[in-house]
Amino acid sequence: MNSTLKQRIAFGAMALTTIVVLVPVFLILGTIVRHGAGALSWQFLTTAPTNGMREGGLFPAIVGTLCLVVGAVVFAVPVGVFAAIWLNEYARETLLTRLVRLAIINLAGVPSVVYGLFGMGLFVIFLNFGSSILAGSLTLAIMNLPVIITASREALKAVPQPFREVSLSLGVSRWQTIRHIVLPNAIPGILTGIILEVSRAAGETAPILFTVAAFYLPGLPKSVFSQVMALPSHLFAISTQIPNISLQTRYGTALVLLVLVLGVNSFAIILRAKLRRARKW
Amino acid sequence: MITRDKLEKAWEFSVEKLVVLAGLASIVFVILIFTFLVKEGWRTFVVVGLKDFLLGRQWHPISSPPAFGILPMIGGSLAVTLGATVLSVPFGLISAFYVAEVASPRAKEVLKTGIELLAAIPSVVIGFVGMVVVAPLVRDVFHLNTGQTALTGCLMLSLMAMPTIVSIAEDALTAVPKRYKEAALALGATHWEYLYRVCLRAAAPGLLAAVMLGIGRVIGETMTVMMVTGNSAQIPHTLLQPVRTMTATIAAEMGETVQGSEHYAALFAIGMVLFAATFAVNFLADAFLHRAEAAER
Repeated sequence: MNSTLKQRIAFGAMALTTIVVLVPVFLILGTIVRHGAGALSWQFLTTAPTNGMREGGLFPAIVGTLCLVVGAVVFAVPVGVFAAIWLNEYARETLLTRLVRLAIINLAGVPSVVYGLFGMGLFVIFLNFGSSILAGSLTLAIMNLPVIITASREALKAVPQPFREVSLSLGVSRWQTIRHIVLPNAIPGILTGIILEVSRAAGETAPILFTVAAFYLPGLPKSVFSQVMALPSHLFAISTQIPNISLQTRYGTALVLLVLVLGVNSFAIILRAKLRRARKW
Repeated sequence: MITRDKLEKAWEFSVEKLVVLAGLASIVFVILIFTFLVKEGWRTFVVVGLKDFLLGRQWHPISSPPAFGILPMIGGSLAVTLGATVLSVPFGLISAFYVAEVASPRAKEVLKTGIELLAAIPSVVIGFVGMVVVAPLVRDVFHLNTGQTALTGCLMLSLMAMPTIVSIAEDALTAVPKRYKEAALALGATHWEYLYRVCLRAAAPGLLAAVMLGIGRVIGETMTVMMVTGNSAQIPHTLLQPVRTMTATIAAEMGETVQGSEHYAALFAIGMVLFAATFAVNFLADAFLHRAEAAER
């Protein structure tokens, strides 16, 4: 067999394998859209669940998820962006930065349910926040810190070194340079990281199960110390713990969660593509 | 304007201190996670003993006397992880090769978007689909009583490991110096011969890291396995049996424990085992990545 033919066969097999990997993605999305679209209605989105969650809508769960996401962003963004600034702009390559990088990798690898345990031990019990929006968002924030740090760091790295050198040579201080020269140029990349964090935080279930999620709570939260329902935990509850719930309601809930998460995600992807093209250097 | 100057200096000083603090926060959080797992879970090792905890075959947390042996869960986690790895590694690595080296720029864009889409689907949604679509399918194909088996878990998890494996492996392949390719092609190798004779070896450490990170993702996955593997705490003999993983045990039982009880402590102790396992896997992956970086220089 000659080598060109071999190559053609090999590349064909590789293309086929790649398709096999991607087909399930579209099957999953297709199934959920096909079965779930019928459940969608204005009422489904804006009313509380009734009749043991078998009827009614998702409103409290949607509100709960929004609260958690906002909380997670508020806590994670300042710490994450500052950490990236330290790693990229201040720190020299030492044992300490190596340790920090190892810690970030490790944070990214800790199983989500272990974050749940940790959040429960630290925020719910030790700091006595109780099962609350505050405890849940803090847990999600720490869990998503690696995403923000990594994305922000990439964004800072992409700012050309001469930008800094020119500013510093004009006698501008280190922090002023970062604040007025580096950060404005890195904002798009940082923003993409934040949006990705939002989409991940909205879809996480295990970390919120013991830190905030209520099984059934039709009212809206009153303060950061309130418990809330959330979309992912609601989907889990109605899928596994309530018998005789219509399949359409479950698919509908999955669809709402999916649209929320993928919507936010595609926004990040489009934004990133746009900004890449608009880059001036 | 000495005062203004001083003020600015003080401001800058404090901001820079804040930046350092934020930089060290990751280390603090890792230590905090470890501390709280130990604080709540250490009693288990005193009461039950390390050996009986890890190698005990009985898990009856609320009987009296209770039994806290997690061997069935370790078995469940291992079975699901191994199965998912065997499935996802060849598919993931081959896809990474295709995306990085063969696909046209346009196809590459589409394929990468597909992978990103997969990474974005929440685990509870994948678990839900596994439960209502894949599990009945597995039941009918193998004529079982229930489709909630280790195999179902493997199928869903291999899908979830895919984005990690493909994207890290693709990075590793893209990082292979261009001169290797030029040299190989100049010597008369075909593109395919270059891929599996040269590129595969040059990128090996990075590819290994991709596999390790994929495994790490699978060990820690919680919601999906909880929804599709049937949650029965027995040591699996075939992949067609229901199993229960360590992660699912914590998630399923934590809601029903009394805070401070032995059962509660035992669940935190399982958390410690998981933390140690993922730490080891990620540490290895990082070591491979460092070797990859060193090799490029």
